[in-house]
Amino acid sequence: MTASSLTADLTLLAPELILAIGAMALLMAGVFFKDEARAARFIGPAGVVLLVIGLAAASYLVPAGVATAFGGAFVFDPLALFSKVAIFGAAALAILLAMPYLRDERLARFEYAILVVLAAVGMGMMVSANDLIAMYMGVELQSLALYVLAAFNRDSLRASEAGLKYFVLGALSSGMLLYGASLVYGFTGATGFAEIAIAAQEPSVGLIFGLVFVICGLAFKVSAAPFHMWTPDVYEGSPTPVTAFFATAPKMAAMVLLARVLLEPFGAASDQWVQVISIIAVLSMAVGAFGALTQQNIKRLMAYSSIGNMGYALVAISAASETGLWALLAFLVLYMISVIGAFGVILAMRTAEGMVEQVDDLAGLAQSRPGLAWAMTGVMFSIGGLPFMVGFFGKLFVFYAALQAGLLWLVIIAALMSVVAAAYYLRVVKVIWFGEPTARFVNPAFTTGTIANLAGLASVVLVPVAALVFLWARGSVTGLF
Amino acid sequence: MSEIVQSLPLLSAITFLPTAVAVFLVGLKFLMRGEDSKALEKNAKGVALFATLATFGLSILLIAGFDTADPGFQFVEELEWFSAFGMGYRMGVDGISVLFVLLTTFLMPICIIASWRIEKRVVDYMIAFLILETLMLGVFCALDLILFYIFFEGGLIPMFLIIGVWGGANRVYAAFKFFLYTLLGSVLMLVAMIAMFLQAGTTDITVLMETPFLREAQIWMWLAFFASFAVKMPMWPVHTWLPDAHVEAPTAGSVILAGVLLKLGGYGFLRFSIPMFPEASAYFAPLVFVLSVIAIIYTSLVAFRQTDIKKLIAYSSVAHMGFVTMGIFAMTQLGVQGAIFQMLSHGLISGALFLCVGVIYDRMHTREIAFYGGLVHRMPVYAAVFALFALANVGLPGTSGFVGEIMTMAGTFQVSALAAAGAAVGVILSAVYMLTVYRNVVFGELVNEKLSAITDMNRREWLMFTPLVIGTLVLGFFSTLITDVTAASVDLLIENYQAALAAAQN
Repeated sequence: MTASSLTADLTLLAPELILAIGAMALLMAGVFFKDEARAARFIGPAGVVLLVIGLAAASYLVPAGVATAFGGAFVFDPLALFSKVAIFGAAALAILLAMPYLRDERLARFEYAILVVLAAVGMGMMVSANDLIAMYMGVELQSLALYVLAAFNRDSLRASEAGLKYFVLGALSSGMLLYGASLVYGFTGATGFAEIAIAAQEPSVGLIFGLVFVICGLAFKVSAAPFHMWTPDVYEGSPTPVTAFFATAPKMAAMVLLARVLLEPFGAASDQWVQVISIIAVLSMAVGAFGALTQQNIKRLMAYSSIGNMGYALVAISAASETGLWALLAFLVLYMISVIGAFGVILAMRTAEGMVEQVDDLAGLAQSRPGLAWAMTGVMFSIGGLPFMVGFFGKLFVFYAALQAGLLWLVIIAALMSVVAAAYYLRVVKVIWFGEPTARFVNPAFTTGTIANLAGLASVVLVPVAALVFLWARGSVTGLF
Repeated sequence: MSEIVQSLPLLSAITFLPTAVAVFLVGLKFLMRGEDSKALEKNAKGVALFATLATFGLSILLIAGFDTADPGFQFVEELEWFSAFGMGYRMGVDGISVLFVLLTTFLMPICIIASWRIEKRVVDYMIAFLILETLMLGVFCALDLILFYIFFEGGLIPMFLIIGVWGGANRVYAAFKFFLYTLLGSVLMLVAMIAMFLQAGTTDITVLMETPFLREAQIWMWLAFFASFAVKMPMWPVHTWLPDAHVEAPTAGSVILAGVLLKLGGYGFLRFSIPMFPEASAYFAPLVFVLSVIAIIYTSLVAFRQTDIKKLIAYSSVAHMGFVTMGIFAMTQLGVQGAIFQMLSHGLISGALFLCVGVIYDRMHTREIAFYGGLVHRMPVYAAVFALFALANVGLPGTSGFVGEIMTMAGTFQVSALAAAGAAVGVILSAVYMLTVYRNVVFGELVNEKLSAITDMNRREWLMFTPLVIGTLVLGFFSTLITDVTAASVDLLIENYQAALAAAQN
């Protein structure tokens, strides 16, 4: 390997390198603070800045276009760029949301921001993986950081339980992923996606077997039914800002990875996996819609909502087409904006006694805190995909892509499930608007309130310009596979 | 003059003026604290009234600039909006939709006046109504499939809040039922819309009207659209959300629900089902006739047994909408013209009837028929107004109700004498329940002592009934005011429909 090609390779990796090295530097810097709270006050914003630099590096430092590095194991293409911008952005917002919460809960430890940054490195690897080994590395790097984050509140029984549960089930899914990958390797003799693609022209039974295990492993990461069992418990048990992070960036990373694995190496074998993905999609939508109906805890409700929405994302993948891919990307971005807003409101649910997280605690919010109430109403309808909120367009084009692929039955089920799902989004809105105020919330932190209000505003204000997101997503995937 | 008016983005102005004012109110609500916010509560009604009146004024301009000889779309506006994907922001009105715009803007100020006494969360209430007005107007103006859907479905959200926050005792149940029932119908329509989008490559309604769809596809799409519009109408047997929603909604909410929201279904049939799926419409016309006649007779009988005045009027609305669907699917010039006339006239009459209920409900806080009796002794003016609208609802000649019913029945008679005969029975039944309730509430001796102090209509109530009384009577005598506007567009609709059917047979 010559020096110039190494430089070229490292340039493609620049965003991840910056984040990884920066995280190490911050880790060392943190040790020198005597006071842990002060360290957190410094490292938190530094982590945000680091992510923004990573985002800028991905956008401007890395040459645009499609290029691979390290013998084809790592790819930087517009799809990876799009995903990285979304992931790093969401991670930065997750740190911003977390800082006031951790301070108030006396959890302020500087490692939080570093863990988020490291998870973002893993996610960056995931969306750029072009090789089974790179894929596994990315997934593990991300997951290890997330396991620790889930148990970040180590003195809390629930958080420790969430972390342990997540770890054990995560390890199981990693095992499945690895087993699937080894089967694929065994039957094709290659780990690179490009080489596998050639072998997958005429897939053998063993290869399909391996693919199914890979799908199972990744379905766990996107919390799609029937691999969703961990989601409600982990969402409920983890500290709320961690849940906000779980619900956004990792979902995007795992979805894009899944889409890449299915469309690039196994694109030719789409008739083999479309049914698998469609069935997982139907199950996720159903579990999400019916499971959320009876939830009292708003974080559990968001967990089921996330399972359901991943079902819609999988509908887009089922289309197995370019349209499906850009519909997926735009859907996920619009979804993440609304989910971050929803968690902003959930983080603002703090009374003088501490955090509350029952749906009923939101009662009468429209009178006690109209700003948050409007924001929550907007994001709830947007996540539910109801018109005139921006989330509607995400679902619209997902349906469009699936219908284009001839999956009428799937679209009809998805549409009907969205009515069931509307019932629990409506329940949240009902509690906010119809009831009389009970809990008195203290003033939310400036960042939390701003993020919640901006996301709420975005759910309506973005409608005239939402086309830009779709155009950007479409531009990112045109001609890729 | 009309050219200048035509060149302005008048439809967007009409549609979005109420929202602009609503945004202004939202801004004030968040900026004002303490004493200021009390002042805002007081003035919000005035602001909303002014906004709705201004919107009404603009829609008068629209009517003045409207060329009745032109059957096509006028005041067309087009803006880039998802254009790269085949969608667009397209607005326009033709003879079928322009009068609904006028109806909506006409009823809104009356609703605001009717809500003058509301004390609970006034600012939110006015914001919800103003946004609702935008969404309703958008439905009638949209010339793009997806834009139409957004307005059509978006209206559920403010109405959900209006019923749920300002409604009666059982409001939560009614609000959920209303929302989920209508949403379920509409998502199927959305699937059909996307299928049309894929086939035609555009969501431009004017293009889609000329896109021939295969007979097989038409049948499925017609059913999907029917699922949505039939619930919205509402047609028997999917009407059950309506009585609940009406009973629980505040008076102004009921007026809007009966006056405008119920017309969205009928409008949808005229705008989509018939021009885009002519073969399927012809195929399913007998089904619609049967459902319409059942609706007319069955719900009239159900109305007769009601003990709650609002519920009675709600069921009577279902019956009257039966005339509309019957007239539309007769597909004769008289039938369709009559259906449009009936929708407009019902918008006035049912709105007025709900206001009549509101007048006594405001005073006595009950809608039980048995509670009342002998009101004529204390409220002579009210008795006269109520009598007028009760008789208009029955279809007395000289009121607009008569014209709509006779036109739809005559139009249907040309196609199916049986359906027309069934509908005629419904007219008799409507007289039975309407006159019964009128006698029980207004005539007789005043036995209930609580009623002895009831007062007659005040000035505010005069103000809201006067335009409705004039409208009902004027349309009863001068029906050409409406039919002249609709004639050209309806003729074109029927011409295209017959041509499509003829082409299909060859």
